[in-house]
Amino acid sequence: MTTDGVGRGPASNRGASVSPRPGTRGAVADGVRRIVALGRAEALLLRRNAVALLVALTTPAATMFMITSSSESGAVEGFDAAASAVTGLAAIALLAAVYYNLVTALVARREELVLKRLRAGEASDSEIVIGTALPAVAVAWAQIVLGSVAAYALFGTAAPVNVLPALAAVVLGTAVFVLLAALSTVVTRSVEMAQVTTMPVLIVPLALCGLFFPLDDLPGPLEQVARMLPLTPVVDLMRLGLTGTTTDGRTVELAGSFGEAAGPVLVLVAWVALGGWAARRWFQWEPRR
Amino acid sequence: MDETRVDQAVVDEAGVITVDNLWRRYGGSGAGGFDAVRGAGFSVRRGELFALLGTNGAGKTSTLEVLEGLASPTRGRVRVLGHDPRRARRLVRPRIGIMLQGGGFPSGLTVAETLRTWAGTLSSPRPVTEALDLVGLRGRAGVYLRQLSGGELRRLDLAAAILGRPEVLFLDEPTTGLDPESRRATWRLVRGLLESGTTVLLTTHYLEEAETLADRLAIMHRGRIVRSGTPAEVAASQPSRISFALPADLREPVPDLPGTLAGAARPAANGGTVLATSDLQQTLSALLEWANRRGVRLHHLNARSASLEEAFLAVAEEADRSGGGVSSDGVSDDTVSGDAAMGVAA
Repeated sequence: MTTDGVGRGPASNRGASVSPRPGTRGAVADGVRRIVALGRAEALLLRRNAVALLVALTTPAATMFMITSSSESGAVEGFDAAASAVTGLAAIALLAAVYYNLVTALVARREELVLKRLRAGEASDSEIVIGTALPAVAVAWAQIVLGSVAAYALFGTAAPVNVLPALAAVVLGTAVFVLLAALSTVVTRSVEMAQVTTMPVLIVPLALCGLFFPLDDLPGPLEQVARMLPLTPVVDLMRLGLTGTTTDGRTVELAGSFGEAAGPVLVLVAWVALGGWAARRWFQWEPRR
Repeated sequence: MDETRVDQAVVDEAGVITVDNLWRRYGGSGAGGFDAVRGAGFSVRRGELFALLGTNGAGKTSTLEVLEGLASPTRGRVRVLGHDPRRARRLVRPRIGIMLQGGGFPSGLTVAETLRTWAGTLSSPRPVTEALDLVGLRGRAGVYLRQLSGGELRRLDLAAAILGRPEVLFLDEPTTGLDPESRRATWRLVRGLLESGTTVLLTTHYLEEAETLADRLAIMHRGRIVRSGTPAEVAASQPSRISFALPADLREPVPDLPGTLAGAARPAANGGTVLATSDLQQTLSALLEWANRRGVRLHHLNARSASLEEAFLAVAEEADRSGGGVSSDGVSDDTVSGDAAMGVAA
């Protein structure tokens, strides 16, 4: 240890000045810089965690393979293999790569006191969560993009009707599942426990999202509940954007697709608002003593 | 809430850190709750090192967390650089450095990766290599944190705390777990920071550390500040002691001497005598004068002012006597037995 250079800090001459308040643009740039710094470290940790990496990378790919190779799917008239594969991929990527991955990452960081430590720094609460989520989100989005390119190249079906609802599905869906991950950590005491505590969010929305059977088959009240679950509007928006299929089974063109998107978008926005409020209220930054 | 402009002169006048009747309660207002801090108050001037001492559970870390903006006070007011550290977190944080009691870096990153990440979150960081040099970890830059020793992790914590060139530095037990050499190296580093104008608030279990580094200090006990001042002033709150042994054949007792405290002359375990005095010079002069006049030889004569350690122990003892039921920790146990060896145990 040396003391050389200690005195070179600006502490000595900064005493008389009031630290400048960054402008709005500077503040945003600073926020992005902090998020990227945290995200880069998190990406290193993800790369070094073989199990987490395997789950994040292989689950969506396996899903795509299962959906497209299912013999029954091919028999359905008007089946759009590419659209089905991409829709399924998006749903699974949000669940496995974003949600599950982030629950384990946040719990691990909380138990290692990393979150507490970060809160003692300059990064804001939301920057810490976004930075931690960054690699998980990047992996999920990359899979969706690559998967879409591959699916449309392979199956060569009709081009998407309107990509905007599909983009909204991915972006809003990501926000919802990041917030749900933050909330799931509240009941998750350890990384091992995450295997159990993530089950409700992994199974219920997936089972009732319309990916495996049409929601019309459900009794009325249950169908209403299913439409309010966080993954259903994602699937609805993907289908609407990719094939122009509405929730009640009609087919619309580009012009008609915007109005049809309003309902599912509203459900997702409500989830973001509710999730954001709840996470702010209940999220734990330190292990419980 | 626009607190951007706080007059620097006002801050320097009142103190870079001010704590006013601070209360902090855990576990709600019911019977299950616990007041960890109960009306603490002190202020830290620019450029000084202020040490917060106390037994385990005295409320030091609870106080620090409020000052760092990590927790809200239940009652009372704290200001750091003129701001509320929690509400004006975005203004205060870029100007302070925080060394928590431990942990908080992912074990799967290397030393350099950890500091690079931390630097990425700071407004005006030092170069990472400079920080590594300062804490003597340059040679360990590529090592994973899970492979570091406790002392090395502690030094990494310190490197992160000073990485942003803070004006105000909070150090929570910075040398716990360090070997004596590293501890002294940390002291040198802290002194260098003080010379460059940094203000430091430090908690420690090591009284020697406070005695060496602190301009002023406060002793906390059960959520309250029970002594404060310079290390010398706090030590002086305890009586000085004179110990000696009289010749075995001496028939007469030592007379009452000026300055000695009531019931102060006590036979020590080894047959010697210990006098406690509030005025060491006066009492010692009188003792020597008496001995000279009588031609008495005082064996093993020893006179000394009270140490910070004695002041610290007196605080714990007082509380125990007043029915405190304070759980004694390592620090007080050690030094109480040390006292007994000197022959003043009651």
